[in-house]
Amino acid sequence: MIDSFHIVVCAGIVPDPLQTLEPIVGPTGPGVKNEMLLPAVLDPWAASALYEAASLAAKRPGSRVWLVSLGPKAKLQQLMMSVAQKASFELVPIDGPIGGFTDAHAAAAAIADAIGAISGLDRSKLLLFGGWESATRGAGITLQFAGERLGIMDQFQGVDRIDSHDDGSFEVLERVEGGKHQASVCMGPPAVLGWATGNLAEPRNNPQVGMANMRTIMPALQKAKSVPMASNGLSYISVSLPSQQRTTRVVKDLTADEIAHDLVAWIEAE
Amino acid sequence: MSSPEQASETRRQTMEVDIACVGFGPATGGFLTTLTQAWSQSPDDPAFESKIAPGMPLQVLCYERADDLAAGVSGVVTRAEGIRASFPKLDPTQIPMSTDVKQERVFYLLDPIGASRRSRTLRVVDFFLRVGEKLCVKNEAFELPWTPAFLHKRGGLVFSIGQFNQWVAAQLMANGLVQIWPGTPVSSPIFAENSDAGRRAVLGIRLADQGVDKDGMPADGFMPGMDVHAQLTVVGDGPVGQVGRALNQNGNRPKGRDWALGMKMVIELPADSTLEPGTVWHTFGFPEPEIFGFLYVHPDRLASVGIFVPSWMSDPARTAYRYLQHYIQHPVLWKHLKDGALHSWGAKSLEESGKRGEPFLAGDGFARIGEGSGSTNMLTGSGVDEAWTTGVQLGEAVLELLRGGRPFTEQNLSATYEKRRRASWVESGVRQAEHARDGFHFGFVRGMVGMALAGLTRGHLRLKAKIPSATEQICPFEALDRAEKRQRDDATQKVIEEGRPFHDALLTARGWPEIPFDGRLLVTQQDALLIGGKVQAMPGFADHVRFLNKELCRSCRERTCIAMCSGQAITQGADGTPVFEREKCVHCGACLWNCAHAADEESGNIEFLAGAGGLHSAEN
Repeated sequence: MIDSFHIVVCAGIVPDPLQTLEPIVGPTGPGVKNEMLLPAVLDPWAASALYEAASLAAKRPGSRVWLVSLGPKAKLQQLMMSVAQKASFELVPIDGPIGGFTDAHAAAAAIADAIGAISGLDRSKLLLFGGWESATRGAGITLQFAGERLGIMDQFQGVDRIDSHDDGSFEVLERVEGGKHQASVCMGPPAVLGWATGNLAEPRNNPQVGMANMRTIMPALQKAKSVPMASNGLSYISVSLPSQQRTTRVVKDLTADEIAHDLVAWIEAE
Repeated sequence: MSSPEQASETRRQTMEVDIACVGFGPATGGFLTTLTQAWSQSPDDPAFESKIAPGMPLQVLCYERADDLAAGVSGVVTRAEGIRASFPKLDPTQIPMSTDVKQERVFYLLDPIGASRRSRTLRVVDFFLRVGEKLCVKNEAFELPWTPAFLHKRGGLVFSIGQFNQWVAAQLMANGLVQIWPGTPVSSPIFAENSDAGRRAVLGIRLADQGVDKDGMPADGFMPGMDVHAQLTVVGDGPVGQVGRALNQNGNRPKGRDWALGMKMVIELPADSTLEPGTVWHTFGFPEPEIFGFLYVHPDRLASVGIFVPSWMSDPARTAYRYLQHYIQHPVLWKHLKDGALHSWGAKSLEESGKRGEPFLAGDGFARIGEGSGSTNMLTGSGVDEAWTTGVQLGEAVLELLRGGRPFTEQNLSATYEKRRRASWVESGVRQAEHARDGFHFGFVRGMVGMALAGLTRGHLRLKAKIPSATEQICPFEALDRAEKRQRDDATQKVIEEGRPFHDALLTARGWPEIPFDGRLLVTQQDALLIGGKVQAMPGFADHVRFLNKELCRSCRERTCIAMCSGQAITQGADGTPVFEREKCVHCGACLWNCAHAADEESGNIEFLAGAGGLHSAEN
């Protein structure tokens, strides 16, 4: 019987989506203009996975949480300043290239290798968490590939909820068509869970959690190994941002009907 | 439901550290850089052993209110003497948006519209300049034949404070010796029980409560702000920071201070721009005589363009965003900016008193550095390098005390930090500048004369004035002439009938032309918040702007807080009370010094508390 989990959260870093993002094609392929200049945030989908992992670990004493992230060491370090106060975890940094245009197979291989090398990780307790998709530019398949490389056959995608049972099994709600969920019961770890938004609010910043995390995060960052990413012959034909058009009106005290009418008119015009 | 105080009693956590810093700006950057550079060179030095956790290294934490360390506000031109001294091998190309200063120019801007509030003297000056137009006026601007020595930044740097902060933080965090936490507002200092005007003593800081409603009452996920007890609290939270302002009380700071709101845009210049990176322009005279402006050109066709709206502009209709839009359209600037695009936007209050507003620099367990400690040089218009250097001075003092095994008492900090500061170029600079801008309280022309006098004589000659409180600097409604009163009434009517922003309606009523929005550079203020400032507010924090006496607000006819609010976060409520929307606030702090009605001798009727959120732009 499994009484605790070893949860590994795979979390990509992305430029803060509030920044001005401009795709460019550089000598090494597509990217975002001045990406090193932009603050990095945890991919919002993966952030949900981290908060769910922390919540699940808190319910199961003895559980541990690792955060595996691939990106330039400086960006990972920057990211930790905004994430490490929110949940307890141990960081497994992979010092790699910036940008989300690396080959998903190569990224998954690096992630699987890093997870395989985690000291103290019990694979019989392993839950591999991550974002179902990336909010910016991920291929949406890296997590599955990493799971397969680790030999994990039970995979769930679009997860909104997990309920663990005393016998070590757990029930998972996955998003399916029509706004419905599919409920599955898994007999126990190991499993891959690609999270949608989950149901948890972003945790409050807890300075004590941050201080405790940093005692392991900074040494881990200092020891992070640089991992080159093979392109495997991958090439991108084009890269573009979704079109954005803002037409602001400042209107107060509209009724719900009027707002609904406005929305319908806007959707029809699109 | 229990009050925060009641709920806190049982659940408030405490933590012990050696050094707690409040605010991560240039001053704290200088402090932590100095400390960690010495620490890295001698990691085994027993001086760096923690006093609160023997056997462990020194525990040094820094808390920053903004959501990210790159979310600072200011395009900066600085002589960078202090910064270069800390980083002798500094390569500006390693810091995005940084470059060496290449050329400086100073322009007096004429008013091509005819709407600015110019005195008769100034109109005469303008007339004669226009007469000689072909000789000395181009694009409605008169260029000074030289940049006064006191103003020049030769050998200096142009950079973005957000990018600089981010770069400094990366250096600091990389060595693992200090922790810097953004998104963590500090609500107050923790005073020692017997702390008063005679003995100033601080035990640490209290972080802001989380999981509260807008009034600060416990709500979902309530987490009382932690008490962080520190051997030394380093206060570098700027002029509107909650901790610094709390320390100002009990007569710890001179009354009567000048302020300004700095608002700027980062603009992507047109593809055919001829402006060279490192170009620096200083301007004055437009959109109002009292409003100074600037243009700094960064690498990669980016430019910071902005204005300073000072508190000595007594007009209760003072505002910034609409003025900034007119400013960038001035022919001498528009020639270069037209067809550009808005990249970023932001605003910040500046402490314009310099030395005159200096508070006590140290007490038992605390020291103050940076802009909030009166380090800004009002003559050279320079604050970043001075702030950095005060941080360095405190860093050196702390190293001296640590190595000597001496505690952080007022006496020891005065003998080390304050002594260094008094003997430095920062001190001599702010002394020369102490009364440089006093003349502006007599009008624009006398202000310029006073500045020139102080600048050319190194502060020996100056026009001295008694500086009124910020509240008293706002001309009361009753003192306005009939035409101005009518303009304000017209504007108020438009706010009510058309839902127009108050500042916008005021300037239109005054004859300023409507802004020809192009959706790229000339955008509404609401769009500037979203596409430029990327403003947002984390849930779970209380409203940080509160109106103390609502009856006083209802009877207010100046409404300067509404006109001056940088993010239109303060608007006119239906019952006459201003309404605050936290989601739009950029935390510039302008509301603090733009209330025309005093709650006490120094403060207005607005309370400005510690809050999270605000700008998310990394280019400011």
